[in-house]
Amino acid sequence: MFSYCADPEALEGFTWLACYLTTGKHMSLYVSLGVVLLLLAITAPAALLFGFFGASAARSKLLPLRLLGKGYIAIVRGVPDIAFFLFFVIALDQGIEYLRHKALCPGWNEPIRQGNDFVVCTAAKMPLSTSPQWVHEVYGFSLAVLTFAIVFGAFAANVLFGAMRAVPRAQIETAEAYGMTRRQSFWRILVPQMWVYALPGLSNLWMVLIKATPLLFLLGVEDIVYWSKELGAAKLARYSDYPHGDWRMWYFLGLLVFYLLFTKLSEIVLERITRRLSHGQATTGGEALRKAAT
Amino acid sequence: MSCLQTIQDYALRAVTTDPDWALRALPKSDFTLCQQVTLIGSGLIWNIYFGVLALLAGFFFANALAVAKGAKSLLIRKPAEWFIFIFRGSPLFVQFFFGYFVFLSLKGVSPFFTPFTAAWLGALIVLFCNTAAYSGEIFYGALRSVPRGDVEAADAYGFSGFTRFRRIIWPTALRLAWPAYTNEAIFLFHATTLVFFSGFPAWQQKGDALYYASYFADKTFNPFVPYPILAGFFILLTLCILGIFGLINARLNRHLPQERRAKVKFKPNLMR
Amino acid sequence: MKKLILTTAALVFAGGMAMAESHMKTVRLGTEGAYPPYNFINDAGEVDGFERELGDELCKRAELKCEWVTNDWDSIIPNLVSGNYDVIIAGMSITAERDEVIDFTQNYTQPDPSAYLAMDGADVDLKGGVIAAQTNTIQAAFVAESGATLVEFATPDETIAAVRGGEADAVLADKSYLAPIADENADLVLLEQEELIGGGVGMGLRESDTELKETFDKAIQSMKDDGSLNKLLTKWEIGATF
Repeated sequence: MFSYCADPEALEGFTWLACYLTTGKHMSLYVSLGVVLLLLAITAPAALLFGFFGASAARSKLLPLRLLGKGYIAIVRGVPDIAFFLFFVIALDQGIEYLRHKALCPGWNEPIRQGNDFVVCTAAKMPLSTSPQWVHEVYGFSLAVLTFAIVFGAFAANVLFGAMRAVPRAQIETAEAYGMTRRQSFWRILVPQMWVYALPGLSNLWMVLIKATPLLFLLGVEDIVYWSKELGAAKLARYSDYPHGDWRMWYFLGLLVFYLLFTKLSEIVLERITRRLSHGQATTGGEALRKAAT
Repeated sequence: MSCLQTIQDYALRAVTTDPDWALRALPKSDFTLCQQVTLIGSGLIWNIYFGVLALLAGFFFANALAVAKGAKSLLIRKPAEWFIFIFRGSPLFVQFFFGYFVFLSLKGVSPFFTPFTAAWLGALIVLFCNTAAYSGEIFYGALRSVPRGDVEAADAYGFSGFTRFRRIIWPTALRLAWPAYTNEAIFLFHATTLVFFSGFPAWQQKGDALYYASYFADKTFNPFVPYPILAGFFILLTLCILGIFGLINARLNRHLPQERRAKVKFKPNLMR
Repeated sequence: MKKLILTTAALVFAGGMAMAESHMKTVRLGTEGAYPPYNFINDAGEVDGFERELGDELCKRAELKCEWVTNDWDSIIPNLVSGNYDVIIAGMSITAERDEVIDFTQNYTQPDPSAYLAMDGADVDLKGGVIAAQTNTIQAAFVAESGATLVEFATPDETIAAVRGGEADAVLADKSYLAPIADENADLVLLEQEELIGGGVGMGLRESDTELKETFDKAIQSMKDDGSLNKLLTKWEIGATF
């Protein structure tokens, strides 16, 4: 990074630290910070989508759909996320490749399961083994996002399911009295109003999601915890230009500060959203806002 | 070896203190489904141990925290606020790391701290602090949403001070907090799987359910059997928690008319 | 679990044959990146070590285009059989249990003895004391049966920290991993007692990939024949030479 970093052994104090903190490995740590934030930014809306469909299915009139929605919520919520992450991504990956195999290689005679091996035709590989490394990385990242979305979607579904029931019955009845169909009253009355009831649950879910990101490494994405562990571990002079003892404590202290700051920031933003959403709602919060305005 | 024999051999493998038992080697080849179910179930004893004790002890501390956070005095309020913020704002994983680290350093100072570096005590303390912070926040929110009318009625009946808190405010808050607290309990049991996974060392191959599941996944090279078994155990455990907490909820709300009882249950509440 | 690492540099082996590159088969090499001197992540954030040099040389000889991927040790075999990479090159000893599930090339190191590392001057009872080992290693299985009290940690670094912190009397691991640590830390020493547990180290492949296995077998043999493998073994101080 800096020109004087060429000979780390001669460095001392601040310059040593400056060089140490700008090694390629540290850059990876800083990049992974962005990866974690990106994952959160994509996963949150995706999980909300899963949650919305899950909740809608759980209150559907059709029995099979209702069972599907309720089963999804109950099963995924019942399993610890680590246990889920440990086998689900491989299953998901194999499932995608199996489907592609069926579609792309109809003339393939060999079995897919050969003993322990999972073998699909070359064209069905996801991504193709010839594709450059970044494609593999993006694919791995997408699988991680999808897995996170499925797990947290179940929790979001539970929250939204409760929120839909919490919208005062009178609101729906009024809509029906105005001649709206079930579909219309769902989209025009229920959905806009449910958010304020769902917000406390959803903001908590967001907090849980932030703190679940250390599990990203289980899904094949090298996250900040992986790099902190890797960088903090004792380094020998023969393998590194910057030998040091067990520094994991300092890196974890950094992690702690990062998570605390991020939590604080989220709390402030969520507080604002709550105020906004409470406007004009038939709740105590909305009432308080109305009184304050007049 | 029959399945019954396997159960006799391994059902208590995770918690045995008998030295001969502890030395009994885990299966090394020809893994049967029965062995996997038995040993993972044996490890589940630890998850239940951590979950139940942390939850019970944490419940009392959480109430104290909730009251402290609502206190007028800055000296009482600030420590409670910081405690809750730090334990709610950081991943449990990081908390385990620091817990183990601190206990290990203390052990160097005085042999009194030797048991703290073992999971049964050290991890329990971390989980206790963690759940107390989360539940404390839930109870704090509930205390603030106790209807004014209830408090006014208590005043009218001549209740005051601690009696008013104990007889009126606290039971009402508990009732309001219960659905969210149920969620917290489920999360806590799930969180116990992290103890041996990335926190405390396992002694003599005595670990929790996830420890044995990963043992089998490593030995059979097949993650698709042990992890779903683990998942199945946890779904059963979650159902038990929901059942027990549901019974308590019914008892807490027994004075309410049927319709309102149901309503309390579905009110979207602060979850973890 | 898919271990497609976002930051591991995709070091495509060029070897001065850039022109022929498009015709070469791409082979993905999976490693752990946390077990020096076999493999580790260097300051630049790239895979480095004995196996990095060996793998690159083998690919050059076999005229393959190779890419390095890092993967968590616990799931390194499931990800191979699932097809997320084609070869494991991660200091993996050839054992009968692993051989049932995957195939190995011929060994490219001699069997490396396991050694004990303890505090300097400590009196360690290897049969009745507390011995640390990394979870799910051959050393952990060995200690579990030796009569000593086994204490398992998730990473090798933590086992060393445990000896320093007084949690364990000694740690049992591959000698080539422990020797440099004892060398550079005055307070830690290797004990005289050694255990011969593992076999030699080989590359792991899917059982269905017989062709690739033969290719690498040939390449390893040629490196054994011309002495270049011995040179690497000496350079990285890994066990005996061939």
